[in-house]
Amino acid sequence: MDALFFWIFAAVMVVASLLVVGQRNPMYSVLLLIVSFAALSGLYVLLNAPFMAVVQIIIYAGAIMVLFLFVVMLLNVRTEEDGAETRRPFDIGPGPRRFGAVLAVVLAVQLIWALRRIAEAPFAPAGPDAAAQTSVYAIGLRLFREYAFAFEATSVLILVAMVGAVILARRDPHLPTRKEQ
Amino acid sequence: MLPEPTLNTYLALSAVLFSIGTAGVFLRRNLITILLSVEVMLNAVNLTFVAVDRFLGTVDGQIIAFFVMTVAAAEAAVGLAIIIALFRHRESLSPDAFTSLKW
Repeated sequence: MDALFFWIFAAVMVVASLLVVGQRNPMYSVLLLIVSFAALSGLYVLLNAPFMAVVQIIIYAGAIMVLFLFVVMLLNVRTEEDGAETRRPFDIGPGPRRFGAVLAVVLAVQLIWALRRIAEAPFAPAGPDAAAQTSVYAIGLRLFREYAFAFEATSVLILVAMVGAVILARRDPHLPTRKEQ
Repeated sequence: MLPEPTLNTYLALSAVLFSIGTAGVFLRRNLITILLSVEVMLNAVNLTFVAVDRFLGTVDGQIIAFFVMTVAAAEAAVGLAIIIALFRHRESLSPDAFTSLKW
């Protein structure tokens, strides 16, 4: 049963991710990425990580993707420009793209080849105390004891990111925009 | 009958997703889609952390994946702010429009 769910979630995730990359409309990309995250959350449940599954939905799909949606709607750019008119004489356009595609395929082949070299590693069957070991209680204990410093550092990081985002997106009165020039 | 997923299966799935994200970063000509591809890559790495965690029977991988998620949130906020600032100047989201350091 778990195997069936794994293959369903994995297939949904790969197809949705491919479509995210293949879409020309960023709005569809964001929505498909949410589908992909839902499938990933299902995989986390299969991996005995209910905390990660819930956080994936609440933080990733609920907060970060909504931020993306806001920006896509705010900028209101329907489709990707081809960039033919802004292209420089030395920029071949499709050439670097083809090179990038080849590099990505090489990376995939390399990773799969490397992974095939390690021995088959089946998961240990989940014992009766598996739920207690991976519960939110266990994660909280470890997070606020061993990882307390990292946790506090993260709060500073988020504060810096917030201030930086506000300053970057602020309209600077001294800089002329394209229209005014 | 479908084969039972092992750690190798999860790692292979994660590798495939990471490659898809890499391809997106290389191939797309839209700053927002490039950021979304980076999110795909981050999630592939998170899947690796949680799968190895299940294999070892610990929770440390989940905690690291949690930190990756917070970093992803910060990255998305700053990245989108930069995209908005760039869009104000050029009315374009194509990375080819931003090849000069000063204008």
